[in-house]
Amino acid sequence: MFFNFLDELRAAGINASLKEHLILLEALDKDAIERTPEQFYYLSRSVFVKDEGMLDRFDQVFNKVFKGLLTEYGTNPQEIPADWLRAVAEKFLTPEEMAKIESLGSWDEIMETLKKRLEEQQERHEGGNKWIGTGGTSPFGHSGYNPEGVRIGGESKHKRALKVWEKREFQNLDNTRELGTRNIKIALRRLRKFAREGAAEELDIKATIDGTARQGWLDIHMRPERRNAIKVLLFLDVGGSMDPFVKLVEELFSAATAEFKNLEFFYFHNCLYEGVWKDNKRRFSERTPTWEVLHKFPHDYKIVFVGDAAMSPYEITHPGGSVEHFNEEAGAVWMHRVTNTYPATVWLNPTPEAHWGYSQSTKVIKDLMNDRMFPLTLDGLEDAMRELTRKH
Amino acid sequence: MRFEGTKSYVATDDLKVAVNAAALLRRPLLVKGEPGTGKTVLAEEVAKALGAPLITWNIKSTTKAHQGLYEYDAVARLRDGQLGDERVHDIRNYIKKGKLWEAFESPVLPVLLIDEIDKADIEFPNDLLQELDRMSFDVYETHETITAKERPIIIITSNNEKELPDAFLRRCFFHYIKFPDRDTMQAIIDVHFPGIQKILVGKAMDIFYEVRDVPGLKKKPSTSELLDWLKLLLAEDMPLDVLQNKDPTKAIPPLHGALLKNEQDVMLFERLAFMARRQG
Ligand SMILES: Nc1ncnc2c1ncn2[C@@H]1O[C@H](COP(=O)(O)OP(=O)(O)OP(=O)(O)O)[C@@H](O)[C@H]1O
Ligand SMILES: [Mg+2]
Repeated sequence: MFFNFLDELRAAGINASLKEHLILLEALDKDAIERTPEQFYYLSRSVFVKDEGMLDRFDQVFNKVFKGLLTEYGTNPQEIPADWLRAVAEKFLTPEEMAKIESLGSWDEIMETLKKRLEEQQERHEGGNKWIGTGGTSPFGHSGYNPEGVRIGGESKHKRALKVWEKREFQNLDNTRELGTRNIKIALRRLRKFAREGAAEELDIKATIDGTARQGWLDIHMRPERRNAIKVLLFLDVGGSMDPFVKLVEELFSAATAEFKNLEFFYFHNCLYEGVWKDNKRRFSERTPTWEVLHKFPHDYKIVFVGDAAMSPYEITHPGGSVEHFNEEAGAVWMHRVTNTYPATVWLNPTPEAHWGYSQSTKVIKDLMNDRMFPLTLDGLEDAMRELTRKH
Repeated sequence: MRFEGTKSYVATDDLKVAVNAAALLRRPLLVKGEPGTGKTVLAEEVAKALGAPLITWNIKSTTKAHQGLYEYDAVARLRDGQLGDERVHDIRNYIKKGKLWEAFESPVLPVLLIDEIDKADIEFPNDLLQELDRMSFDVYETHETITAKERPIIIITSNNEKELPDAFLRRCFFHYIKFPDRDTMQAIIDVHFPGIQKILVGKAMDIFYEVRDVPGLKKKPSTSELLDWLKLLLAEDMPLDVLQNKDPTKAIPPLHGALLKNEQDVMLFERLAFMARRQG
């Protein structure tokens, strides 16, 4: 049965090995837990799962493997015992209110309603938001429920027979990480490598030699380790199809923020014009003039554009070409200003490189970038970072 | 010698199992979770509960694995040599013990906290593997071998920023601190503010979880922010009805500075308030 467990875990993509299996056996052998299914579940979970994104899968596997074994537990998991409901109702409602409610219908009906309400509340609760009685829509009126001091979840934990692993509490962790987690991690590694470049030696050899030669004795010079020397300015194309990619890139870079001395980002749409913004919901009300950006950030910033560069060529080449507003100066002019101000500039394009040739505007942007357009793939990212760290 | 939580720390059942198994088998326990969910404090509490000294190694982006073992300060020795200091003849004067060494040598079984391991270089955990496995290491400069009398209890925290290497993970127990649900949060509040008014806590938690639910927050407030906020509310003697009569046009909770640490988040709330006023 245990080996079956291991196989099932691996089949579900959980990277469990014999090593973990042996640790589990050792822990059982040393009586690390009380012999209850719940404790066994917790123990095996902490042995086999090393990534919170896999917790939900673990729950599913556990459920599958040990289902037959534990049927006496939680046969009807959703059922809320009536006497417990009654107890809760008594805590919830004043005697007057109880009387009033009872006048509304039979006790059973009321229980039915209360049960439904509790289930809803439980669901909402597990989604982590509201508590019972926050709205005035209850048939019991505004003050119908008074949840203060009542710990519904706490009591239900014992009464409801739902097993912990059946609750699937970690479901959303898995979903959020679906987006090519592994690739992101590798990409992050590249970024970190990029950020690390330029870290200085601790002993300033040159100054030490100079000083020693001048003084005639050993004159040691230390230099603070200049970590995180790299400063990055991101320009992200937002709107429609680009959004998932933008999110990805944003996450990537922000996960690496600890590594960068400075990391700033701005949004634009399709092509860079005279204004950029930091908050998409205020894109029209709170713009930063592009000039200001160019003046504020020194030339040693590395510029990364992220966009699909797919638009009508006019949007780049003509004043007034923008689809959203009237731009006095063509996008191309602004692109020139950026590439002239910042020697280290690249454009990352999430569209597959093979398609670039079919899009007029992509070619235009690529030209404006002096060919420094890279696909948003691991290799592309690597090349882009190499370009950025090249001596300019 | 079991960890059951303490008077000042609420441990969920799954956390207790993980801590106790790791302590019994003397394997490192890796703890992950949102910022402010009690990862660092856990190690302190485990040490307290087991009556063990706590040795803390705070990891920074510049921390190297070998610094946990020892550092040889060649530069100081050179300087001393220049000045003709007697100490220079004994290399041991320039060997600075690291936290692992300290833990290995501790006369009583210690708890070693390696805090925020993800801050370090990607190779950092791998570089420690051998020492953690063998619980011993060599000091090349003095030809000594330092061996742990007893394997220390090791708690490692990570903020989730980085993938840790497989080889490292296989040796650890793992616990992910799920963001506390209302009951757990209530219990945590109780240990920090014994006797606090239930109604106030209820309302504060309503607001807190609602704030956490607002989409688009850059930094969701966490347990530590909630505790800070409550402390402020209590200190300011905030009348309950300010919390209770939730006026939708005042989407910003009172004393929100403790909850929302990010300027953009404060702005987000101002915008919500503005929209609510317009609709209302
Ligand atoms: N389960 C708990 N019981 C009691 N107090 C808790 C609990 N969880 C968190 N706290 C409180 O929350 C605060 C933050 O905890 P701590 O600093 O350990 O968080 P952390 O997870 O290490 O955060 P970070 O990732 O930012 O380092 C502390 O004041 C701690 O007392
Ligand atoms: Mg911490």
